[in-house]
Amino acid sequence: MAVGVASDQVLAVRRALDTVRDPELDESIVRLDFVASVQVDGERVTVELRLPTYFCAPNFAYLMVADAYDAVVGVPGVERAVIRLIDHFASDEINAGVADGRGFAGSFPGLADDELAELRLTFRRKAHRAGQERCASGLVASGWSVSDLAAGTLGNVPPGLDLDRLRRRRHELGLPASDDAPLLVDDDGEPITEIDLPAQLRFARTTRISIEGNAALCRGLLQVRYGRDEAVAG
Amino acid sequence: MYTKNGESYYIVDGHVHAWDATPANQANRYGEGFINCFYDYHRNLSPEDQVWSKEDFFTQSEEKILKDLFEDGYVDKAIFQPTYLTDFYVNGFNTTEQNGAIAEKHPDKFIANGSWDPRDGEAGLAALAELAERWQLRGVKLYTAEWKGDSKGWKLTDPWSYRYLEKCQDLGITNIHIHKGPTIYPLNRDAFDVADVDDVASAFPELNFIVEHVGLPRLEDFCWIATQEPNVYGGLAVAMPFIHSRPRYFAQIVGELLYWIGEDRISFASDYAIWTPAWLIERFVDFSIPEDMTEYPALTTDVKKKILGLNMARLYDIDVPEQLRLPESETGAVGAEPEPVA
Repeated sequence: MAVGVASDQVLAVRRALDTVRDPELDESIVRLDFVASVQVDGERVTVELRLPTYFCAPNFAYLMVADAYDAVVGVPGVERAVIRLIDHFASDEINAGVADGRGFAGSFPGLADDELAELRLTFRRKAHRAGQERCASGLVASGWSVSDLAAGTLGNVPPGLDLDRLRRRRHELGLPASDDAPLLVDDDGEPITEIDLPAQLRFARTTRISIEGNAALCRGLLQVRYGRDEAVAG
Repeated sequence: MYTKNGESYYIVDGHVHAWDATPANQANRYGEGFINCFYDYHRNLSPEDQVWSKEDFFTQSEEKILKDLFEDGYVDKAIFQPTYLTDFYVNGFNTTEQNGAIAEKHPDKFIANGSWDPRDGEAGLAALAELAERWQLRGVKLYTAEWKGDSKGWKLTDPWSYRYLEKCQDLGITNIHIHKGPTIYPLNRDAFDVADVDDVASAFPELNFIVEHVGLPRLEDFCWIATQEPNVYGGLAVAMPFIHSRPRYFAQIVGELLYWIGEDRISFASDYAIWTPAWLIERFVDFSIPEDMTEYPALTTDVKKKILGLNMARLYDIDVPEQLRLPESETGAVGAEPEPVA
């Protein structure tokens, strides 16, 4: 195979992996530098994933490996994908479980009583609340009042990364994401009333700080674990 | 005691260890992985001149512990928190006995806490009574992610856990330190979830529940629970070193805690030997919340005195010298009223 073709395909695989997020940190596994290597051998692709610690929670690790598998097999020209989580206490269980399509409970017999849909939903909701708070605090900084926020729509938010991200979270949760959708809604899509809004936003801020701080810690741990020089550009 | 600019601070380090993670004591790859993980925390969050070699990190002699904590580290009283990890380490990682052997020689300096595991059933209850008698326990440290054979952890709401908490109440063990880890049955749930703390804190109002690492990585859930349960406290182990590497994030953590749970329920800890107390204390006393973070209450000298020692001294009835005390808070530890976002 020509080198150029392989590297195009590597790029395509990396782009696909960029859509996979760490559900807890709400960031792309490529940007978090969790992708240790991508190898394309004809129609077969092998991806190695790495995490900040040996003991990172196995449920989130499983979701990332399974999502990476789905993303990579969706790339045109890929017939077979192998996703290998490396340097993790449960690497063997997770890698074999995803490869064989056993599901999470099937990968950890006796240790899980269900799949990971509920966990994923919990963290999507957290990410959504944090994303709303990010957009709202930008508006507050430009002079918006609480009642302005309660009456606001997504169309009022200046275009940018925060808004794009919030819309994506809304889509994933099946919540309204168009310009005329309310700026601040609860987990079920109901607009947050002016009375509830200060407390809800205050709590959402704590959620955002928790997620952002956790992401920074994980980045730092990954850097000391694998060294800065090895980092592959995302 | 630490003194700066004419102010003196009584220091209680609420979370220290005397551990043995030497290769000879590592039972398997999990023991090796565990100490590597701790070492990465140490390397990642310490100032460069405070980073130890891996060999120095494996275990610390009694002399070194005394020097780091009391000679160099300003600590008046340190609380040993055991982490057994007997599935990972031949003789355990950091047991009550390991800690107690040192504490017994320096009773004015240390408090040795115990531990229990609800999976030990009836026999464990008797063992807890013996442990309490032997070490005069006033507190226990619980690590819910501890592995035990096929089991990968437990919850505070497990039926046997209630039996042990009742036993603690009978034995006068009033301080329950809780450390959440990544593995709890069932593995598909969020193991860091602190909801079980909420349940037991309601069920045992006479016990104090000190959530280590202030619930990180679930700070928001911890804050939410602690606003509703007056007997829930936050220990700053692991959060403290952010003061060096990410001071604005540290300000946010402390600001959030002051906002939600108030200044009377937050307590200092170094998590020694992951970090040493000296630099953490020096920087904390010098620290203030950045001026642009107007949404947070001020981190005053009195608040720092409470966090660095007086709050934990209250939980353990430590006799603080008169001149280092503050007048008791009259308002209690209720969080501030929610305000509009600023």
